[in-house]
Amino acid sequence: MSEITVHRAISWHRIQAMVLRYWYLLMSSWPRLLELIYWPALQIITWGFLQNYISQNDSFFARAGGTLIGAVILWDILFRGQLGFSISFLEEMWARNLGNLMMSPLKPIEFLISLMIMSLIRLAIGVIPMTLLALFFFDFNFFAIGLPLIAFFCNLIFTSWSVGIFVSGLVLRNGLGAESIVWTLMFGLMPLACIYYPVAVLPGWLQYIAWTLPPTYVFEGMRALLIDHVFRADLMVWSLGINAVLFVASFAIFLALLRSAKHHGSLLGGGE
Amino acid sequence: MVNSDATPAQSPAAGPQGPAAIDVAHLIKLYKTTRAVDDVSFRIKRGSITGLLGGNGAGKTTTIAMIMGLVLPTSGRVQVLGHAMPEQSAEVLGRMNFESPYVDMPMRLTVRQNLTIFGRLYAVKDLAERIDQLASDLDLKDFLDRANGKLSAGQKTRVALAKALINQPELLLLDEPTASLDPDTADWVRRHLLDYCRTHDATILLASHNMLEVERLCDRVIIMKRGRIEDDDSPDQIMARYNRTTLEDVFLDVARGRVAEGTSS
Repeated sequence: MSEITVHRAISWHRIQAMVLRYWYLLMSSWPRLLELIYWPALQIITWGFLQNYISQNDSFFARAGGTLIGAVILWDILFRGQLGFSISFLEEMWARNLGNLMMSPLKPIEFLISLMIMSLIRLAIGVIPMTLLALFFFDFNFFAIGLPLIAFFCNLIFTSWSVGIFVSGLVLRNGLGAESIVWTLMFGLMPLACIYYPVAVLPGWLQYIAWTLPPTYVFEGMRALLIDHVFRADLMVWSLGINAVLFVASFAIFLALLRSAKHHGSLLGGGE
Repeated sequence: MVNSDATPAQSPAAGPQGPAAIDVAHLIKLYKTTRAVDDVSFRIKRGSITGLLGGNGAGKTTTIAMIMGLVLPTSGRVQVLGHAMPEQSAEVLGRMNFESPYVDMPMRLTVRQNLTIFGRLYAVKDLAERIDQLASDLDLKDFLDRANGKLSAGQKTRVALAKALINQPELLLLDEPTASLDPDTADWVRRHLLDYCRTHDATILLASHNMLEVERLCDRVIIMKRGRIEDDDSPDQIMARYNRTTLEDVFLDVARGRVAEGTSS
């Protein structure tokens, strides 16, 4: 893969080839498909019953119907979006196929775009059944959020891709010994992204940090919508702005880590 | 250290047939304090088959990896098909290919799926026909729709070779191309490579521990030891210089520090 020529024409054919590669892989393995649906379904069932229980006992949650379920679904978009991206990348490491790709005309930007497309496909397979479960079992229509949902979704998926690109670079540089970062980094954002509680709950100094994370704006915006029935466009714009910076930074870091991997000969091994 | 006089690295890259297939000049690769490759220079002319010989840790794989752009040199210059690597790799990656034991084809995908994907990555025209042709040439037809992970080691090697030939490369870099093959199949693969090289005027650089293979295939041999070039000539000339009848004996001489006649330094 040529890292110097990212600015040159992107080949849609090569991106299609990579998406096809991951699609073949997904279709060849029913455990992979099942796993995509299993965890999100488990999440929604657990949190759905919790929501039902506390809404019977607490007037706030009775008013803010669906806040927890909505938060769970949005969190899953963020988390599964990153996993969908990173697992496709890890598949190349596990298959020891990265050298073949690096030596092919595939450009890093094309590789990353194919991973983004796969993250959307994997997300759709996992989250659509999740939203249907929420609708039929807990009477929460996720899609009733309407147009704001597009803003929520776009911001969360951009964050998930930025994190995915960053951790992929780390694994590229450090080999599969760094694989655990793929599974755990997003959980590090969880307390500060204020998924299940408002930012105001955090200590003052921590709030400053929380507001540097794009998902914080999304979850705050979701609560404003579901509790106060107000769409906070300002929050979405802030989120988008920070996302743009993160996205460019993660891509630059990926290229730097790729270059470092080539300096250290990490691409020849790929092991621990 | 002996550098080929016929193709001095210091001369301009372009020759009568256009630029050399590979032009490596004063290549150095340091891993912390270890000199994996130490001031290596050579030019490989188009249409030739060159063998890179050397024991473990001689620097063969690192040298090939730098030619492919997978490893960046600490210093020195690499040109492939007239283009600087890795800066102009986009110009040449579609015209070259490689096979190495350091990489695998995805195991869960069938042979046909794998070749389809790589064919698309290399923008191969009439891909289905090309895959059929390779399946016929490399005897893959019986397992074309079988998952790569379910193939024998020899079958996998042939599939990897099919992938390496999918784009009809002008330059082929091979690391142990006949490893895991029985002698009959290995001989058949060698003849196929020779035939490919002749019919396509392709260049092959191969690293191998199989001395017989190098003797049969290569018109030039570069022997490396501890990151440096120990000798560089045709197999016959090298054997004559060491007063040996096989490259294996030459290899042992080099590995054990015996010096070729007339080259003591």
